[in-house]
Amino acid sequence: MKVGVLDYGVGNLGSVVQALQELRVVTTLVTRAMDIHGMDALILPGVGNFADCARVLEEGGWFAALREEVQGAGKPLLGVCVGMQLLADYSTEGTPTGSNAHASGLGFVPGHVEHLRVQGCDLRVPHVGWNAVAPQSSRGGLFHRIPSGTDFYFVHSYAFLTADPGDILATTEYGIRFTAAVRRGKVWGTQFHPEKSSRAGFQLLSNFIENPEC
Amino acid sequence: MLKARVIPTLLWKQYGLVKGVGFDSWRRVGPVLPAVKVYNQREVDELILVDIVAHDSGDDPDFESIAEFGQDCFVPLTVGGGVTRIEHVQRMLRSGADKVAVNTVAYDRPEFVTEIARRHGAQCVVASIDVRGSHRDGWQCHSHAGKVPTGRDVRAWVRELEDRGAGEILITSIDRDGTMTGYDLPLIEAVVKEVKIPVIASGGAGNYRHMVEAVVQAGASAVAAASIFHFTEQTPAEAKAALAQAGVPVRSSFVLEAAAC
Repeated sequence: MKVGVLDYGVGNLGSVVQALQELRVVTTLVTRAMDIHGMDALILPGVGNFADCARVLEEGGWFAALREEVQGAGKPLLGVCVGMQLLADYSTEGTPTGSNAHASGLGFVPGHVEHLRVQGCDLRVPHVGWNAVAPQSSRGGLFHRIPSGTDFYFVHSYAFLTADPGDILATTEYGIRFTAAVRRGKVWGTQFHPEKSSRAGFQLLSNFIENPEC
Repeated sequence: MLKARVIPTLLWKQYGLVKGVGFDSWRRVGPVLPAVKVYNQREVDELILVDIVAHDSGDDPDFESIAEFGQDCFVPLTVGGGVTRIEHVQRMLRSGADKVAVNTVAYDRPEFVTEIARRHGAQCVVASIDVRGSHRDGWQCHSHAGKVPTGRDVRAWVRELEDRGAGEILITSIDRDGTMTGYDLPLIEAVVKEVKIPVIASGGAGNYRHMVEAVVQAGASAVAAASIFHFTEQTPAEAKAALAQAGVPVRSSFVLEAAAC
């Protein structure tokens, strides 16, 4: 099993790689889109601005390669934080006020990404810190052996609104209930950072790698 | 529900950790790496690591050391000290930092905060502010590790930093720093009221009650502390127990569920 972490020039990839190595998983930092073909599973990290990430991914040929490998070949993909948001059709982040020119995502999980305030959250934003995650189904999959209510580390201002409620894997409360994790087929995403969520995060990453379907 | 965070602050000077009183009379308290490892093993909520002399040298931040510290850290890590260019931020994030603290540079070039927020997102910019003063006389912001008065009032400055894209405020009272006499609660409260981003209280924690006060009375989203952890037997885990006792939600340790298929 070779896991490729997409290194397209943004964010803190060190901790994702370290966390996977801690789980004794063979991990490769993939720096060219064409190299993802040799991987068995893929992790798409992302921090910062959705529109910037999407632009870099598009220009570097990553979007095309991901469509081929994930939608075509059915390789498992985990998007983390902005990496999860990039699974959506589009985000309103980075869009000038009054403009409708939203930045497009991969469209692997139908829906879009919207600011927490616009979703009705009136608490302090960014949402920073440890918050409880409630999986929709109690057992198996990404949350295998992770009790409902386990705290994970979040740091974000935008959140995913899925078109199909069936794609919501877990939710979290912060003034509103928002999407904490998504799943559609072999595509998963977490709004929180498993690589910064200590042992709970290790368990989740290990679930993604081992994919226990029990 | 979002949990209140307890954050050990590690101040780092050349090769080791230090801690002072009122940003002065620094004492060496040991090497950095073992401290990071121990806090990581104990699953603290977050760590703040600041190079307190980096702004003096004019050199680039010590990325090699930061990478070494970040390598074994599986909880969020904020790194500060000597950040003056966007390339520094990029390299720090690549070295294992999750957030970058900016302080002195923001007074000279407040637009730098916006630049980081645009490039890397507001969530990774922690605006660190050191102030002297009191409720009665007002609080004045100081740059260069507390040495240079900037003439800026803390209320106006936090508002500006929020507008410019800061994701969090780390507010430190220099007068309380290292005294272990409690946080400057009116200061924390004033800052909390001024902005809609999370505020981390810093400077003066001497016991767990002080932390409860900062969260419950002053409204801080997180409490940072150094001396209490360096010089007393008190621990972040016990601090969280005390917060929980006072009705403040805190993160509890992860317990693996029995596999039942």
